[in-house]
Amino acid sequence: MASWIEKQRSIMDFTVSSLLRRKGKNIALLLVYALVVFLLGSALFFTQAMKREAALILQDAPEMVVQRLQGGRYDPIPVAYAEKISNIRGVISAGPRLWGYYFDSHVGANYTIMVPPANPPSRGRIIIGNGIARSRSVARRHIMSLRGYDGLIRNYTVAGTIPSASELVSADLVLIAEADYRELFQFPAALATDIAVAVRNQRELPTIAHKVVAMLPDTRPIIREEMVRTYNAVFDWRGGMVMVLLIAALAAFVIFAWDKASGLSAEEKREIGILKAIGWETSDIITIKTYEGLFVSFFSFSGGLLAAYLHVFFGSAFLFAPALKGWSTLYPDFRITPFVDPYQVAILFCLTVVPYTVATIVPSWRAAIVDPDAVMRS
Amino acid sequence: MIRRDCGKKRGAARFPVRKSTLCLLLLGISVLLIGLMFAHARVQRQAAGPALALIAATVRDLGLTDLALFMEARYTRHLSQADLHSAFQDHPTALEHFPTGAIAGPPGRLRRQNGQLD
Repeated sequence: MASWIEKQRSIMDFTVSSLLRRKGKNIALLLVYALVVFLLGSALFFTQAMKREAALILQDAPEMVVQRLQGGRYDPIPVAYAEKISNIRGVISAGPRLWGYYFDSHVGANYTIMVPPANPPSRGRIIIGNGIARSRSVARRHIMSLRGYDGLIRNYTVAGTIPSASELVSADLVLIAEADYRELFQFPAALATDIAVAVRNQRELPTIAHKVVAMLPDTRPIIREEMVRTYNAVFDWRGGMVMVLLIAALAAFVIFAWDKASGLSAEEKREIGILKAIGWETSDIITIKTYEGLFVSFFSFSGGLLAAYLHVFFGSAFLFAPALKGWSTLYPDFRITPFVDPYQVAILFCLTVVPYTVATIVPSWRAAIVDPDAVMRS
Repeated sequence: MIRRDCGKKRGAARFPVRKSTLCLLLLGISVLLIGLMFAHARVQRQAAGPALALIAATVRDLGLTDLALFMEARYTRHLSQADLHSAFQDHPTALEHFPTGAIAGPPGRLRRQNGQLD
């Protein structure tokens, strides 16, 4: 056993020396490889964390939201519908929600104006999200002007800001009194934006949703599970940005592994020939190449993975932010909670380290089984 | 034998430690760092509990349905509340033009409905 370990150590010594002889090439290889792992790892960490965070945050979202559709689009819903829905067996409450969008031409941003279901601000006062406070440079007791749908400009006193910790859901929110909301948007008193429904038993949600549609055919119920599933789909590996990143990174990796698998350099072939000529066995040469592939791929994998972790959880995925922001001028300032799934890291390991190592061994084996003289002369 | 001794001496002069030892040490450090990454994630997750609870409480108190992540268009701001036609609000065959549309597709529920309509 001791002699076997010593043999492996000696082979490792030789492998490291061999890697150091081609320092420049191997460092470049390591960096490119690490970059591929970094991209894949960042996408993986970001999507996984956002998916888990969305599920945790939205677990207290309304159990069901009922919208009214007209011509395929959602339209304000009569408040009287809430009364009808609350009469369905199993429904605890059905409350109208009032919320809408306001485009602020000063900063070119969209706000979500909302009447909170409990403790709304008094008339003439608003509570704003931190994103708005930042972009408009307003604070408590400042005046904010909003242009109403009747063309009049109304001033509201900022009564406070929503805690910055919840910016991920409230960056663009403006909480307002019901009377102010209806006045600003010229919203009729008999209508609401949609209806939030609370039920006694979660398992009855689909049945109650069917009953709502049967009773009010112009409505569309959206249950909480569907809200969470929406974010699962957005941050799924098959979805938009992740797919683009995945394809780009995998294409780079395939080119990279292909280059490795398609053959050895003349220098590497000569080295194998010399080793064979001085008495090394084919198995020893394959062991060297296996170690070489393992060292390069493992160091690249760990470097790329750790850099991805730092990028997503310490740098708030700053490289992805421009893609997420799009044209919006408001963006929440939030720190992503690190949800790291060992299973996904294992998949990333198998997708990157294993193919590269195999791609390194195959051409070496092909060179090692040829006559040393022929290899050295080729 | 002679060759081995020479090799040792030469190696000893340039590297006081064997290269394999250094390499294994680096491998060990890498594994340790990955282990620390998992440990850090776990600790951070526990530490973030109250902050996540606060966000969940905001969602519960205000009756919110979506994350404020994609705020450029109304149908991406409230993704779960979007309707079939909101991406084509300009005219019936308008192409989706907000960059977010490339990242955040419509909810699966809507895609299923669209399949039936087509």
